[in-house]
Amino acid sequence: MTYLVRHPLEVATLTGQHLLLTFGSLAIALLIALPLGVVVARDRRFGGPVLAALGVIYTIPSLALLAFLVQFFGLGTVSAIVALVAYAQMILVRNIAAGLRGVDRAQLDAADGLGFTPLQRLLRVEFPQALPTIVGGIRIATVSLIAVATVASYIHAGGLGDLLFDGIHQDYPQKIIAGSIAAAALAIVADLILRRAELLVRR
Amino acid sequence: MASPKPPAGAALRLRGVGVRYPGTAAAAVHDVDLDVAGGELTVFLGPSGCGKSTLLRTVNRLIEPTSGSIAIDGIDVTTLDPVTLRRGIGYVIQAVGLFPHLTIGANVGIVPVLLGWEPARIAARVDELLALVRLEPANYRERLPRELSGGEQQRVGVARALAAEPRLLLMDEPFGAVDAIVRTSLQDEIRAIHRKLGTTIVFVTHDVDEALRIADRIVVMNAGTIAQNDVPAQVLEAPANDVVRELVGIDAASRRFAEARPLLSRESP
Repeated sequence: MTYLVRHPLEVATLTGQHLLLTFGSLAIALLIALPLGVVVARDRRFGGPVLAALGVIYTIPSLALLAFLVQFFGLGTVSAIVALVAYAQMILVRNIAAGLRGVDRAQLDAADGLGFTPLQRLLRVEFPQALPTIVGGIRIATVSLIAVATVASYIHAGGLGDLLFDGIHQDYPQKIIAGSIAAAALAIVADLILRRAELLVRR
Repeated sequence: MASPKPPAGAALRLRGVGVRYPGTAAAAVHDVDLDVAGGELTVFLGPSGCGKSTLLRTVNRLIEPTSGSIAIDGIDVTTLDPVTLRRGIGYVIQAVGLFPHLTIGANVGIVPVLLGWEPARIAARVDELLALVRLEPANYRERLPRELSGGEQQRVGVARALAAEPRLLLMDEPFGAVDAIVRTSLQDEIRAIHRKLGTTIVFVTHDVDEALRIADRIVVMNAGTIAQNDVPAQVLEAPANDVVRELVGIDAASRRFAEARPLLSRESP
């Protein structure tokens, strides 16, 4: 704990980097996953292969994926963001599609019959009801990305992983403990907040 | 039968309407000619799979016929944008399909919202409709669908379908999922609403008693074609063929007794 107490500014800066990396990647991931999830939910022949492909990406060990991406995007945040976005796709697309598919057929029939446009049906009927499942996916993705972002420090993406890798290299246990506590706290707090959000949208 | 009705109902004309689903041998609906007069309550009656729901759903273009033409007040429905067409036609289904995340008031007011009505006008219309289907607006407006019984939910379904003052209301087995006592009172109320508004109603059911109870005209369907199109008394007394006889005739005598009262009483004020 002593390192944490003596260097609050450094820990805070690294936490900030970590948050930025995690939520920046999450935002990009959502921009891709939302339309992709809609298409996957609508079209099973397209959806199956897409989910299978995303599942394969998801199973690649994070360090292997990061190292692989360095070949294309070099060391630093770009490779890290690409990896985080790719990881999040599996969880986000799966949950978005599951949420949309879970909407009762009768409501879709009623919406069509009452004269909703396809977009109105999606925004006013399907998304509101898929929202708890989608927020659940965002929660799981966030916790996963916080973990992968820690490893991304290894390819110079910054964040709380710096404390862990520096601590190991410098044989400085206090630094490792500080990094571990901060990273774990981040994941736990994010999980708690998003759990509350999930309950709120479930109403 | 020719009781005076306000000219609030649209006339429907079907000519040679056929629906064939891809990959099936027999057509679901075959060469149907049908005229529904404005303000009439017509029931499509027949066993499941006879094409009655399919035929109903061609009217608001949820199903596109593979042949023939459908006109509402002389306007071919294929010349209209499906969304515009459907906003002008009420639609009620057996599973109700209320939107569970919206209040009762918001469910009833959804089509006016889509049409861009002023909020005050929508609020007034919602209260008017809830009262019409005999749900106390102050009690029900802010509640969620899951807090209502099946019968109450379908009342909301009817109110929602009528929100934008459609001149045609399509009802697909609307009371099939509620228990017998509630069903009877809903049938009486749809008669009362029909009498009050003069909306043309096309009502699909497989329940002979229900058809006899509410219909101005009954269109008996079998294997995708019309077996008989007549007033209820004639369907009962003079079945056009064996199919109709089998459907309505099993205990026609007992039905005559059972149906005599509602048939008579609904014509009196």
